[in-house]
Amino acid sequence: MTLSVVIFLLVIGSVIFHFASPWWFTDIAADWGPIDFTINVTFWVTGFVFIAINLFLAYCIYKFRQKEGHKAVYEPENTKLEVILAAVTTVGVVLMLAPGLFVWATIVTVPDDATEFEVMGQQWQWAYRYPGADGVLGIAETALVTESNPYGINEEDPNGQDDIIVMGPEMHLPVGRPVKALLRSNDTLHNYTVPQFRVKMDLVPGLISYIWFEPTETGRYDILCEELCGIGHFVMRGAVVIDTQDDFDSWLAAQPTFAETQALAAPSVAAGQAQFALCATCHGAQGEGNQALNGPKLAGQQAWYIERQLKYFKTGVRGGEGDSGGQAMAPMARTLANDDAIRNMAAYIATLPDNAAQTTVSGDIENGEDIYSRNCAACHLEDGSGTWYTDAPTLAGMSDWYFVTQVNNFKSGIRGLHADDYYGEQMVGMAAAMSGLEEIEDVATYINSLR
Amino acid sequence: MSYVPLADQEQELHHPHSWVSKYIWSQDHKVIAIQYGGTAIFVGVVALVLSLLMRMQLGFPGAFDLIDPSSYYQAVTMHGMIMVIYLLTALFLGGFGNYLIPLMCGARDMVFPFLNMLSYWIYLLSVLILMASFFVPGGPTGAGWTLYPPQASMAGTPGSDWGIVLMLVSLTVFIVAFTMGGLNYVTTVLQARCRGLTMMRLPLTVWGIFIATILGLFAFPALLVSAIMMTFDTLLGTSFFMPAIIESGSPLDYNGGSPILFQHLFWFFGHPEVYIVALPAFGLVSDVLSTHARKNIFGYRMMVWAIIAIGGLSFIVWAHHMYVSGMNPYFGFFFATTTLIIAVPTALKVYNWVLTLWEGDIRMNVPMYFAIGFIFTFIHGGLTGLFLGNVVIDMPLSDTYFVVAHFHMVMGVSPVLVLFAAIYHWYPKMSGRMYHEGLAKAHFWCTFLGTYAIYLPMHYLGFLGVPRRYYALGSTDFIPASAQDLNATITIAALFVGAAQLLFFINIFWSLKYGKEAGPNPWGSASLEWQTPDTPPAHGNWGDELPVVYRWPYDYSVPGAHEDFIPQNTPESEEPTVDEQHFDPDHDPSMADL
Repeated sequence: MTLSVVIFLLVIGSVIFHFASPWWFTDIAADWGPIDFTINVTFWVTGFVFIAINLFLAYCIYKFRQKEGHKAVYEPENTKLEVILAAVTTVGVVLMLAPGLFVWATIVTVPDDATEFEVMGQQWQWAYRYPGADGVLGIAETALVTESNPYGINEEDPNGQDDIIVMGPEMHLPVGRPVKALLRSNDTLHNYTVPQFRVKMDLVPGLISYIWFEPTETGRYDILCEELCGIGHFVMRGAVVIDTQDDFDSWLAAQPTFAETQALAAPSVAAGQAQFALCATCHGAQGEGNQALNGPKLAGQQAWYIERQLKYFKTGVRGGEGDSGGQAMAPMARTLANDDAIRNMAAYIATLPDNAAQTTVSGDIENGEDIYSRNCAACHLEDGSGTWYTDAPTLAGMSDWYFVTQVNNFKSGIRGLHADDYYGEQMVGMAAAMSGLEEIEDVATYINSLR
Repeated sequence: MSYVPLADQEQELHHPHSWVSKYIWSQDHKVIAIQYGGTAIFVGVVALVLSLLMRMQLGFPGAFDLIDPSSYYQAVTMHGMIMVIYLLTALFLGGFGNYLIPLMCGARDMVFPFLNMLSYWIYLLSVLILMASFFVPGGPTGAGWTLYPPQASMAGTPGSDWGIVLMLVSLTVFIVAFTMGGLNYVTTVLQARCRGLTMMRLPLTVWGIFIATILGLFAFPALLVSAIMMTFDTLLGTSFFMPAIIESGSPLDYNGGSPILFQHLFWFFGHPEVYIVALPAFGLVSDVLSTHARKNIFGYRMMVWAIIAIGGLSFIVWAHHMYVSGMNPYFGFFFATTTLIIAVPTALKVYNWVLTLWEGDIRMNVPMYFAIGFIFTFIHGGLTGLFLGNVVIDMPLSDTYFVVAHFHMVMGVSPVLVLFAAIYHWYPKMSGRMYHEGLAKAHFWCTFLGTYAIYLPMHYLGFLGVPRRYYALGSTDFIPASAQDLNATITIAALFVGAAQLLFFINIFWSLKYGKEAGPNPWGSASLEWQTPDTPPAHGNWGDELPVVYRWPYDYSVPGAHEDFIPQNTPESEEPTVDEQHFDPDHDPSMADL
């Protein structure tokens, strides 16, 4: 009796929850309306069945509850009824399956006029490649991946020279044109998902998978990895910006081709040295760091990291509200006129003698080791040396007080939440491994032992 | 010497001579069943605690500092694997299969009692190996319960040194244990049924467990080879599943392996595994419903054939777990079709359960609450399966919380409700005492309503597109802040349900000592296990003489009978049999060969 009422109420409650729920599919932004149509058909069919069977169930529980003098009816089977039910169910299933198969047929059939682009996933970031003027993507393979050729493009292949390389998590596409994404991975499974496009496909190392779609709305949409790819899975984020054709063309023109990335002139150490005089005020003559002036050690840090951070300070990605150290850096970074000047600076810093910074914090080294080896080592490596591959700077031998400040900044949202700071946002997520100042110092203490 | 069927031969049993041989190295299927059940429930509690830790992180990120990203993924993995394999598979087959098959078949024991004992001890070994991975350097694997390579043995995944190897070894050992038990269950059902007990007079519980075991015997080898090959990849550097890849910036020495091959092997096991859990649940719940509705199960033959059909079809739907895996997308047409076909026999089972209640005389005993609760949650979980089975709908929903909600409804909550129904239903036979009614009802309401509060909203996170296996959501443009409120609500419900399970344990232990004497057949059940001369049944089950069966196990409320049930071993001379034209499952010509 009670159960009968409860089941009735659960059915009513579920229906109310459904209609009151603000949580529903995102507004669609690609030409996959038929997917939503199939979902709606399925929703109505299954919703009807859910209500009908459960109300009947509730009715049975109520109507046939135990009563004095009442006896159950002996009716082992009723072939006619069973056949009717089987037939009705089959019709319902066909009703849902048929549109599904038709829509799937369009999904597996890539239109001839779809333009190709490539998505490359690796732990834990995205990169993209567009065919250049020749319209053909050159051969690329994992075995060729190096720091200077992170995409692994085969230099022998003429088709690859004009390929446009986007080494960063944000990509662009033109609105209203079918595109085919070729998906490739350098390490493990990843997954290219844009909820608003309704598409999703795994990236599989060793093969090239694909998916096609036609964006219909301009705007900026999140790209998520939805295939577990290791500890950084939940911070593997990207974005796709859907532009008008003109905007897209000008964005694309601003991206370097593979040939351009390979032809960069060697940076000038001397030019970097000349500009370093200003830096030396706070960071020390040898880049050894000066805690009193809030200048972390620079010597020994990897060039790509120095370059990226200088660009961030210059463009305001770092040095926002609450980040007093970063705010002090911003005008300094702006004295570097262009990307070449930044490269020169990083190249000079790479020549400075790398002596381990003085240790200033002490904590529980065992706890620090536990946290570090389980959460941090995946990117910063067991020895704290970091690697360009996971966008992880060197930690070992660097200023421990600066590490503590920065992790605190990540935890409190001072650093890493700028819309363009994808790598910083990863650290915002990972910094949860340390519960507070005490554990940050524990980890810093352990890192100090790695030098 | 003339041929005597195995079932009619007097089986020699190794009667225990000491406490140790009676309760530890026991060959009695009932003791082994309880050993299996106890171990399975113990690891199940470990997995439950892991899920609550995860929920606390998801509901209140940063508030509790109980797990970091690394241990979150370890919890995800261990929770899933323990629940699916070491709890559900072990409890349904090793627990209920062991306890009920010989009793329901009118046999003295399993046909191979020694092997049966070995099966349990090897299962325990596999559990110990798995638990050991919590204590090794790096901890247990965090690769997700699907253990997909290459990630599972790469540095960026927790437990990629020791944890993954222990997991693979533990699975291998488990499969050895399962095979020993499984061969036993199948042989016992086929060969040791008592006189008069034709296949079409078996309770659906035995049918469900029997077919599930056959599925297991065919499916587990696929997992076995994948576990062995992956162990080789990890320890010996072979490249079965490993293509050329980069780890932390350095190329690894692998080439040419196929990660997708692993997925095919895994799901060739993994999908039948769903039914290895579901079919015994279907069987058990059928018997509970029929007994407490005082009505025969409706459409028995259809129910048997549905179990067989579902079991068969379950082998040709596996790639619906892989629609977005990068496999040839044309597979989608085939697997979507086969998957949706399964809905038909499954739906028929649901109809027949409800029609069993129709015109019944329903006793709202505790097992009945859980059984009806199961019908509700299974309808819900089954229907959401139609979303995910249909390839185009799977694409937006795959790897979101919709999937998590779906499979927890259909193979978490639903089978667990059946397990509780079955435990409360057979507890009087196993212990000789009744459970505490009030505690048991409170346990039902908390579990049933609590789990629905967890999983109904979770589907909507999935519709929204919230991805699964995320330690934290971070910031996105499309997930509104209200999703976090929903997450917090779900967590509170989960903690509530977790705590409510204490009611169950208190009840089970309290009632062992203080429960009312149950008597031999408190539910007035017609099937054979309630007709044993002793309660709980003694070693050998049947005293001096094996029972003889004269009818099917669903003779409830037969017109003209003295009571509202007729035990299976009541001869035709004492109680009416039903007009054969009306119904006699033995006279189904299609079953003549059995």
